[in-house]
Amino acid sequence: MNPMTTSLSCSSLTRAAISVGLGASILLGASAAVGSEGGIAMDSWPVDRGQNAASLQNGARLFASYCIGCHSASLVRWNRLQEIGLTSAQIQQYLISGNQKVGDTIRTGAAPGDQKRWFGKTPPDLSVITRARTSFEHAGADYIYTLLRGYYRDASAPNGWNNVAYPNIAMPHVFWQEQGPRETRIESTEARKDAKTGAVQHVQVVTTYQPDGTSSRTETPVANHGAGGITYTFKPLNVEQSRRFDADAADLVAFLAFITDPTAGKRVTIGVWVLIFLAFFTVIAWRLNAVYWKKVR
Amino acid sequence: MSTTTVTEGDGPLDRSVDKERRATIAVAAAVGGAGLIAAAVPFVTSFSPSERARAAGAPVEVDIAGIAPGEMRTTEWRGRPVWILNRTPQMLESIRRADKEVADPKSVRTAYPTPAYARNEYRSIKPELLVAVGICTHLGCSPTGPYASGTNAMLGSNAGFLCPCHGSVFDLAGRVFQNMPAPDNLEIPPHKYLSDTLVLVGDDSKA
Amino acid sequence: MAEHKSQYTGLLGWVDARMPTAMSEFKKHMSEYYAPKNFNFWYIFGGLAIVVLVIQIVSGIFLTMHYKPDAGLAFASVEYIMRDVPGGWFIRYMHSTGASFFFIVVYLHMFRALLYGSYRRPRELLWIFGCLLFLMLMAEAFFGYLLPWGQMSYWGAQVIVNLFGAIPFIGPELALFIRGDYVVGDATLNRFFAFHVIAIPLVLLGLVVAHIIALHDVGSNNPDGVEIKAHTDAQGRPLDGVPFHPYYTVHDLYWLSIFLLAFFAVLFFWPEMGGYFLEWNNFIPADPLVTPSHIAPVWYFTPYYSILRAVTEQFMLVLAVAAIGMSALLVLTTSNSIIRGAIAAFSVLLVVLMLVPGVKLDPKFWGVVMMGASVMIFFAMPWLDHSPARSMRYRPKWHFWMLIAWVVAFLILGYLGTQPPSPSKIIVAQVLTLVYFAFFALMPWWSRMGEFKPVPDRITFVPH
Repeated sequence: MNPMTTSLSCSSLTRAAISVGLGASILLGASAAVGSEGGIAMDSWPVDRGQNAASLQNGARLFASYCIGCHSASLVRWNRLQEIGLTSAQIQQYLISGNQKVGDTIRTGAAPGDQKRWFGKTPPDLSVITRARTSFEHAGADYIYTLLRGYYRDASAPNGWNNVAYPNIAMPHVFWQEQGPRETRIESTEARKDAKTGAVQHVQVVTTYQPDGTSSRTETPVANHGAGGITYTFKPLNVEQSRRFDADAADLVAFLAFITDPTAGKRVTIGVWVLIFLAFFTVIAWRLNAVYWKKVR
Repeated sequence: MSTTTVTEGDGPLDRSVDKERRATIAVAAAVGGAGLIAAAVPFVTSFSPSERARAAGAPVEVDIAGIAPGEMRTTEWRGRPVWILNRTPQMLESIRRADKEVADPKSVRTAYPTPAYARNEYRSIKPELLVAVGICTHLGCSPTGPYASGTNAMLGSNAGFLCPCHGSVFDLAGRVFQNMPAPDNLEIPPHKYLSDTLVLVGDDSKA
Repeated sequence: MAEHKSQYTGLLGWVDARMPTAMSEFKKHMSEYYAPKNFNFWYIFGGLAIVVLVIQIVSGIFLTMHYKPDAGLAFASVEYIMRDVPGGWFIRYMHSTGASFFFIVVYLHMFRALLYGSYRRPRELLWIFGCLLFLMLMAEAFFGYLLPWGQMSYWGAQVIVNLFGAIPFIGPELALFIRGDYVVGDATLNRFFAFHVIAIPLVLLGLVVAHIIALHDVGSNNPDGVEIKAHTDAQGRPLDGVPFHPYYTVHDLYWLSIFLLAFFAVLFFWPEMGGYFLEWNNFIPADPLVTPSHIAPVWYFTPYYSILRAVTEQFMLVLAVAAIGMSALLVLTTSNSIIRGAIAAFSVLLVVLMLVPGVKLDPKFWGVVMMGASVMIFFAMPWLDHSPARSMRYRPKWHFWMLIAWVVAFLILGYLGTQPPSPSKIIVAQVLTLVYFAFFALMPWWSRMGEFKPVPDRITFVPH
């Protein structure tokens, strides 16, 4: 498949507007970088990927290869993907499998009953996922970007994998071969209350997971609570492979952000014109008002 | 102070409105009117068929491999029945015999325009395969048939279709016989052959 | 013949001869309705409220063409509008942005009344219609919010209906009756749809008509609080008035244009407004088995929600003391002994129901009472304000700061309502709840205190 590399017709003004909009969305109620309520800080998804046709098309390819096995996007039609530079024929040939047509909605072949039995819950529909996973603490795109790249091998987990963004996640690590093995180190500070004396002892807990899922844990008493929250570091065994996967994950998130709000680009472009018109009309209305009120003494 | 606030001659229906006011009102009305029309556009276009309606009305691929000579298969496109009839040589003969008895033998009427590729002797792309919308052009019932010649009272020695609602009869090319309640031949939908065994109903573009 | 003689010609004359009410009403309410010439910025919000009402009705009608009020189809139908209906995203954002802007405009409109004493005699009935409109607007927003059938829609409705369940004796039956089912479900959705689409809009329209008639019958107030009808010319027209049309139609058109700049800027660039206008959790389909970690009402309800949450077990003692203090103040300042007796008896009953173990009602119930009181207290404004001057302009400066303090309390309570509760936040909410109610409850006394400036005879106006 050769994705077209022409970029979408979106001026830097609209790009800036989208960035400002996204930034403003997180600004309200954003907490410290360490993460709130003891959770982790989310990585920042590279926003400019959302405007790049090549990234979006790569994301569509990844979605059709890795996600649609379990997840539907049942409010999105396949032919909507023409807006990221694919033709109807390309969508039908490269993205749609089975007997779906290009005008149909994106549906997984899996049966919901089966998935509930296998995973414990039905995989959520991804139609509006980046909006659904946004909160006052983080943007949905950042959360999903962190989640996709946040898996670590954990022998004690039911399917062998755990996730720093969503502990004990039921979703398996579909990209384990793409990301490659990594060593993981998770740090947190806990407050332990001594049952007998009632004194509170702060303990820094460091758990290290090897690529084979075995873990080791050290606890060190510390003087104070520290910054709070949980921090983690990954050490990939193949850095280049891990970086390539990061780029793919960013593209996939770009695609998910697109299907969540496909009219965003058009909305911003039209908005600029509407505001220009209204500014012009405001001047006219101002003169009309003055023409009457200058007679009032 | 007992002077009125507003200078005389400023009532809303007063004819002696000054030029500056007139001009400003005209400009404001024109620009404002343009804005209102622009604002109305999304509301008015929301009436058009949605993506869901257009997807449901999308062209339909029909497999014609298994249709035996003399057999008719009915499919659906945009909520209406579409007939695909595999006509035998005798059926084609009956069409030629009916030339003088049908109302519009050359299919020139424009109420349900016949596509150029169907304005021929048998009203089809392939002579033996009729692709027609199975809705009577009178008031919309679906005709019964196909009947061979001599098997239907209304048709008599002709072969064709009979609409049960008001008795209109059509030949095996979908042409309406003379003096029938129905004024037009059966509609031929846009269609094209993707292969010898696959016809796409609803799309006749060259691409 | 019953045909009238008309002063007009042409088509207008033809209509006027047969329905003279058209032009006579136009004159009475527009071209010969004399409004004070000194209206300032705070006077634009009534007209803007009508504009937003029209925006909501028009966008609402078009949404109803595609929306499905069925628990299994509602969420998907909203996204169908956003994606598959041509221009549907614009119509949806108009309605969601309009909902929030409606409350911004109405809150500013009410603030004007507090600034200039627009609720005072002879405009008490105007104010009451306005308060009823406010209640109906909140109900309309509440019923409408269930319709997208997201997690916030569902759980917000569940919580509020359960509040009705907190009413003693009749509560649980009432909640079942409102819902039409044991939990919020399809039955609830359908009836809320009926309320939101037609029942309450009709009531709103009727109240708007009553509100405007009540205004026009006595005439508008103005920033100086001076009655312009006190000085009229030979034809009976107020000297300090201008015909509403064309002077205020063009004035309102100018401010409407600026308002639309703000409105469309939000619609096109920040429709979710950081999760305050379109809440993030509402992009998750409603799930009766999973409650989101933070349920908060939409931003315009958060001040009252804060007050509801502030009423805890410990706060009951404070409330009881406040009730005793208030009744003592009332008893000492009332001369009628029957009323004194009634006040004393009622306050004893209140304290018993608040504090006496075995008889006392849950803080949950008192929270609902306080939340209801925080909205209903607006109705009492005309009778609480005893200031000799109508407009804030001629009242002691510290009265203005009292009002600002109340506004700040309202805003902070609103912010706290969006946050998950914490011990320190609850204390702050409790203090601000006392400030909120003290502003109203003590107003009969503090509004009389201080040095008042002389109120002018004629309005102050700077030509522009």
